[in-house]
Amino acid sequence: MSKYIVNSSEEQQEMLDELGCASFAELFRKAGVLGAPQLSIPEGVTEFEAYRDMAALAAENHVFKHVFRGAGSYKHFIPSAVKNIVSRNEFVTAYTPYQAEVSQGILQGIFEYQSMMCELTGMDVSNASVYDGGTAAAEAVMMCVDRKHHKILLSRGINPEYRKVVHTYHQFSDSIEIEEFGTDFEVDSNTAGVFVQYPDFFGNIPDLVKIKEKAGDAKLVVIANPTALGLLEAPGKLGADIVVGEGQQLGMPMSFGGPYLGFMCAKEKLVRQLPGRIVGQTVDKDGKTCYTLTLQAREQHIRREKASSSICSNEALCAFTAAVYLAAVGPKGLYDVADTSFQLAHYLADRLNEIGLSVVNKGEFFNEFVTECPIDSKELMKHLYEKDILGGLLLSNNRILWCATEVNTKEEIDWLVDVIREVL
Amino acid sequence: MSVIFELSKANRRCAVFPDRGVHQYKLSDGHVRKNLELPEVAEVDLVRHYMGLSRKAFGVDNGFYPLGSCTMKYNPKINEEVAALEGFNEIHPLQPASTVKGALKALKQLQDALCDLTGMDAMTLKPAAGAHGEFTGMQIIRKYFVSNGMPERNEVIIPDSAHGTNPASAAMNGLKVVAVKSNENGGVDLESLQAAVGEHTAALMLTNPNTLGLFDENIQEITRIVHEAGGLCYYDGANLNAVMGLVRPGDIGFDVIHLNLHKTFATPHGGGGPGSGPVGCKSFLAKHLPEPVIGENGFENSEDSIGSVRSFYCNFLVCMKALTYIKVMGADGLKLASENAVLNANYLLHKIKDIYDVSYDRVCMHEFVLSLQRLKDETGVSAKDVAKALLDFEIHPPTMYFPLIVHEALMFEPTETESRETLDRCAEVLRHLHGLAYSDPEYFKGVPHSTVVSQCDEVRAARNPVLRYEKDTEASA
Ligand SMILES: Cc1ncc(COP(=O)(O)O)c(C=O)c1O
Repeated sequence: MSKYIVNSSEEQQEMLDELGCASFAELFRKAGVLGAPQLSIPEGVTEFEAYRDMAALAAENHVFKHVFRGAGSYKHFIPSAVKNIVSRNEFVTAYTPYQAEVSQGILQGIFEYQSMMCELTGMDVSNASVYDGGTAAAEAVMMCVDRKHHKILLSRGINPEYRKVVHTYHQFSDSIEIEEFGTDFEVDSNTAGVFVQYPDFFGNIPDLVKIKEKAGDAKLVVIANPTALGLLEAPGKLGADIVVGEGQQLGMPMSFGGPYLGFMCAKEKLVRQLPGRIVGQTVDKDGKTCYTLTLQAREQHIRREKASSSICSNEALCAFTAAVYLAAVGPKGLYDVADTSFQLAHYLADRLNEIGLSVVNKGEFFNEFVTECPIDSKELMKHLYEKDILGGLLLSNNRILWCATEVNTKEEIDWLVDVIREVL
Repeated sequence: MSVIFELSKANRRCAVFPDRGVHQYKLSDGHVRKNLELPEVAEVDLVRHYMGLSRKAFGVDNGFYPLGSCTMKYNPKINEEVAALEGFNEIHPLQPASTVKGALKALKQLQDALCDLTGMDAMTLKPAAGAHGEFTGMQIIRKYFVSNGMPERNEVIIPDSAHGTNPASAAMNGLKVVAVKSNENGGVDLESLQAAVGEHTAALMLTNPNTLGLFDENIQEITRIVHEAGGLCYYDGANLNAVMGLVRPGDIGFDVIHLNLHKTFATPHGGGGPGSGPVGCKSFLAKHLPEPVIGENGFENSEDSIGSVRSFYCNFLVCMKALTYIKVMGADGLKLASENAVLNANYLLHKIKDIYDVSYDRVCMHEFVLSLQRLKDETGVSAKDVAKALLDFEIHPPTMYFPLIVHEALMFEPTETESRETLDRCAEVLRHLHGLAYSDPEYFKGVPHSTVVSQCDEVRAARNPVLRYEKDTEASA
C-alpha cells in the first residue's frame, strides 16, 4: 500500500464492509458519484525514483556562482540556525492558529514578528503577512481609499513587478483610479495615497520628508526594502502612514520567486483597515498571558463580501522565518548586512564608472544602481553568463541595474570588472 | 514564556557577518538610522526560545488533525528534501530562461498534471493561496465579459454554504454577490438558482463536494442552468481531495477552477501559509490567464491577460513539493487517496452518528458536518465546548461554526492518511464527551484542562488590542 495511506487493502475492505458497501465504487455511488475518468498522469513511482527525477530537474537549472542581480529578489546569507528552527515540524505542519490553546508557539512567533516589523519600519501595527511585496502594495491601496478619496499616485520608482500587480488588482474597481508619476506629483482633493519605494527600484533613496510634505493629507505609503532599514532611517520617522514590502531578504532563498513574504505595517489609526490576520496579546481564564488571532471583524470569514480583502491563508511560515532571521542577526547584524551591501555596491559603482560604465543615479543610493553601457548590454551579459556571473538586470539596450549584497566580495568585484573589460 | 525581546542583552550576537574590507562610503546623516531595537541574543538562546515555542505548537506530525475544509493530511518528508535542493533554492526569478530549463520543465509538468486531474485546458500556478486563486479566477471571468462587450454581467451567484473567501474574492473585483439557498439535501436549490440567474449573471461559484461534505447530485443540471443563462461556472477546489481520479470538474460543466496545493497535494500549511492556489480554465478563457504563462517555449505573455496578480511566477518551492507528491502518487495513488479520504470520513461518521446529529444524513464525501444544536439545547454544552474538550485528548478540533447554515456546526475531515485505530479512538472520545455532556456538563466549563493556556479572552484582545511588544509596558498588563 503506502502512498501515505495507512490502512492496508484488507483493512479498507473491512471498513467498507462495516459501512455496508461491497466496494469503493458502491460507496461513491451512494454518495452520488458515478463513473471515473481516464487520467493520463502516469502511475506512481517510489520515493527513490521521484527524488531522482526531481533532482535531475533541479540539476537542469544553473546556480550562478557570482550574483550581481537584485530587482526584487536578493541573495543574502541565511544563518543555519534560522533554517534549522523554521524546519521544525510543529511549525511546518500546523494549520492557521485558530485553536489558540495548542497554537501559542505559532501565535507568539507571529506576535514577535509583528513587533519586529513595527520596530524596523517605525510603525505601530503589523499584520501577520500577505502573499508578497506586490500584493502588499495592492492591498495598501484599499487602506487609503474611502468615499471621498479614490485616486492613488504610484511612483515609477516602484518595482515594475509591483506596479503591474497594483494595476491588475484594481482594474475592475468602479471608483479607484491609479496614476503613475515620474519625478514629481500633484495631489488634489481626491488623492487617497502617494506610493513610493524606499530605496526605489533603481536604488535611489527618496527624500520621504519632502514627499510627505507634498502629499499633504493623502497617505504616504512606503514600499520599503527591510534589509535597507538596518542602515536607513525608519520610514515611520519620516512621515510614512503605511509601510509595506517584500520580506524575502529576511531569511528566504531566492527560490525562483517564491514563497516570499508580503509585510504590511501602519500607523495605529489604520489598524482596522489592515487586511489579513493579526495576532494580539491577551490573558486566559487564569489571567496568564496568551496570544490569539484578533480584530477578526475585518476579515472575510465574518464580513464576507464586505471584507476589503479575501486573504485567508497567508505566508505565516515566511513571516516566522523573517522573525527568526531578525532575532538571529540582531540590530548589529542587520546593520552589517545593510552597510556591507551599501559599501560593496558603491565600490562596484566606482569601479564600473572607471571602465566606462557610467553610473546614472544622481543622488544617494543603497545597494542597487544603474549604469549606461557603452556596448550592447545583451552581448555583455552573455559574456558574463559564460563566466558564471549573473550580471545586473537589463533595463534597456544600454542600461543595467546592478546589485551587491554582503555575499559578494571586493575581490569578486575586481574580477568582475576585469571580465567586463575583456569585451569593452 | 518570555517574548524574545525580553531575552535581549546588549552586544550578544548570533549571526556574525564577514568584513569585506570596504568602509570608505558614507551615507548622508539625514538618511542614517539612529536606533533599531531588535533582540540581541546568542545562538543557543535563540534556539532554546524557539524550541520552547515549538513545544507549544501542534501540527499534523503531532497528532490527528481533522480540521474540516483544510485537508490536513500527512506531509511527506521527501517533499521538503526536494524543495531544499540547491538547484531550486538558489535560482533568481529573473535569470535567463536558458539557465532555468529544469524549473520551467517542472512547472510545466505540474500544470499538465493538474489540467489532467481537473479536466481543464490551461493552468496558471501564480496564485499564492486558495483565496488568491479565487481572486484570479474572478478576474478572468470579469475580463472575459468586459472584453466581450458584456460588462453588465456583473453578478456572481454563491450558495449560502460557501466559504467567506468566495464572496470576498468576487466583491474585490466589483462583482455583486447573489446568495442562493441550499435545499433539504444540502445541495443547491434548483428553483432558487433558476430564479437567481439572468442577464446579469457572470458566474456561479461552487464548492463541490460542498462545504457540508456532500456531492451535489444535480451538478450537471446546475452547470447547465448557469450556462443556459449565459454565465460561467467556477469551481472552488478546496475539496478536490474527495474526487481525484473520480470526477473532473471540467467534465461536469465547470469553466474555471482553483486548487489548493497546501490541502489536496500534501504541501505543509506552515501555520497559515505559504500555500499555492493554481487556477485552471477552459481553452476559451486561457488567453486571460495572468502573465506570464508557461507554454511550450518557456514564459509567454498574452495581450488579453488580466495582468499580474503577484510578483514573479508562483510559490515555486510549494509547487516543487506538490509535483513530487504527484509523481509518487501517480494516477492510481491519487485515486486511492480520494477513495480512502471518503472511506475514512464515512467510517468516522458511522461510528458516532447514532448519538450525534449529522447536518444532512447522507453518505458523505471526504468530510461531514455535525450539528450540536440538540446537544446544546439539552445540556448547554456547545460545539465549541466539545471542540475544545478534544484538545485534552490530543485531537485537534474540527472546524467550528462553518458552514454558517448549520447551527452549532462541527466539520470533520479525517483525510486518507489516518489509520482505523485513530478514527476508532476519535469516535470513542467523541462518544465519551457526548456522555459527559449529559452526566457532567460542568466538566466543559474549564475545557481544555491540559493545555498551556485555556480560554483566551478574545473579547479583551479585540477591545484593547495589544499587537506588538513594547518595552515599557508590562507584558501581561
Ligand atoms: C472552501 C474553501 N474555499 C476557499 C478557502 C481559502 O483557501 P486559502 O486559505 O488557501 O486562501 C478555504 C480555506 O480554508 C476553503 O475551505
